[in-house]
Amino acid sequence: MSNFTKEDIQYYANFARIDMPDAEAEKFATRLDTLLEFSDRLKELDTTNVEPMTHPLAIVNVLREDTPEDILDRDEMLKSVEDHEDGLIKVPNILD
Amino acid sequence: MVVNKTASELQSLLHSRELSVKELTEATLQTIEEKDKTIQAFLTVTGPEALAAAEQLDNLPDEKRGSLFGMPIGIKDNIITQGIKTTCASKMLENFVPVYEGTATERVKDSGMVVVGKLNMDEFAMGSTTEHSAFQITRNPWNLDRVPGGSSGGSAAAVAAGEVLFSLGSDTGGSVRQPAAFCGVVGMKPTYGRVSRSGLVAFGSSLDQIGPITTTVEDNAMLLSAIAGADYRDASASEKPVPDFRNALTGDIKGLKIAVPARYLGEGVQPEVREAVQKAIGVLESLGAHVDEVDLHYSRYAAPTYYVISSAEASSNLARFDGIRYGYHPADAKNLNEIYLRSRSEGFGEEVLKRVLYGTYALSAGHHEDLYERAQKVRTLIAQDFQNVFKEYDVIVGPTSATNAYKLGETIKDPLTLYANDLLTTPVNLAGIPAISVPCGFAEGLPVGLQIIGNHFEEAMLYKVAHAYEQATEFHKQTPPAGEGN
Repeated sequence: MSNFTKEDIQYYANFARIDMPDAEAEKFATRLDTLLEFSDRLKELDTTNVEPMTHPLAIVNVLREDTPEDILDRDEMLKSVEDHEDGLIKVPNILD
Repeated sequence: MVVNKTASELQSLLHSRELSVKELTEATLQTIEEKDKTIQAFLTVTGPEALAAAEQLDNLPDEKRGSLFGMPIGIKDNIITQGIKTTCASKMLENFVPVYEGTATERVKDSGMVVVGKLNMDEFAMGSTTEHSAFQITRNPWNLDRVPGGSSGGSAAAVAAGEVLFSLGSDTGGSVRQPAAFCGVVGMKPTYGRVSRSGLVAFGSSLDQIGPITTTVEDNAMLLSAIAGADYRDASASEKPVPDFRNALTGDIKGLKIAVPARYLGEGVQPEVREAVQKAIGVLESLGAHVDEVDLHYSRYAAPTYYVISSAEASSNLARFDGIRYGYHPADAKNLNEIYLRSRSEGFGEEVLKRVLYGTYALSAGHHEDLYERAQKVRTLIAQDFQNVFKEYDVIVGPTSATNAYKLGETIKDPLTLYANDLLTTPVNLAGIPAISVPCGFAEGLPVGLQIIGNHFEEAMLYKVAHAYEQATEFHKQTPPAGEGN
């Protein structure tokens, strides 16, 4: 059984900002079908009245004073940036 | 040769000044150069930085020498190291040099260790063979045609081959324990929150933990003691005090209550693996432990649950890689959207793209409830399953992996075979509990790992059992043929 069409894959790829040509989309459709079929096993279980687990430990947030710490060096950080000017990151046109 | 000595032998040579840290570091770098030609565990060897650190350490007075003084260590390449390339074995981060140090590596250095390099892995820790690295194939030192396991394959192979005595890996669904089992070394996945995740490039934030890989249980206990504990840079790092885990290594497990889940030794487990694990359970019984069979009913649902939750978290975590502030940047992009699309499509490998897509789907409106929330509910059931067993038992034991190390290229075409193996390791991450893998024999000449699982923050108990077992057997003394310099 096939769950995902090429168009489905392209629809979700767009949310994740992944370029998805037709041939690639067909390949990923098959792979995601396999994963989704695997997840069908979870439907065997009755999960009504089960609380979803969002975190492995029951811990409370630890807060601290909002004082700046671990300030990183801007010049060091800009070394990994492709294009920058006056300490600001440059990107191409946002709109065509 | 100094590198064939144990950590405690090396420590006493260093303390008596018969050996300097610089000499040890030089010998280690030379061993890596020789052995890594075949093993290919290291992505980066930090020779000059390591030698500079060694010279500084040699000048330290005795009272300032840390608990692991002078010991060389390799670090999985998804744990950031200031000023040293950290790639996650991905084209996306091929030239990425972090501007700060992660907490675990900071503590490694504070304890006197010398970082000698960064280790290969599956891209962004997604995989269980290390074949998903964008850069090189790491080989299993026991048989060069086999994988070292993954995703911390480089970390396990480097220790097994005798290139380093210590390494750090990370474990999201078994990525420390399974390669440790495949390579015949000791690997610990600590309790979620035991070790700070600051500096660990996030994959599944509710599952990830950094863990030590070593040749002996004692070395492992020492390294975890050094890196564990509260950290203001990670709110999920626990405030619980960290004991000196070596104090647990008493060898006494009389009266210990051990649970063996029937399904851990059931279908799909290779007969030789089952036999080795059953023998190991016999050894624990002979040491005075009491063993019962139990049922962990929900463990068969762990792998699909894991793939939904880890992929969902990964799709969110990996959104940060946009080609702007760091990482792969496509040439000649015409607009901002094209930078995003091309940096991600060209920078990520296929396994990463697949999981990001699956996670995006699982979190999307319309499927969120049916897939992601359902998985979170099953996660609750899996965690409760363990808690029920721990009401009556101290530890749970079984195999770490259902089979021995796969042949290179063998199973990658069949993801479900890999996923079936995850039945043994992923439930532990979903529940946030600790587990250790120790060598317990061989299947067709390849190492088998015994997995010992404990309740939250019971690492000391795991070290106690693992150590008692290790000392009662000879498996930890065996070294692979490639480890002898072939």
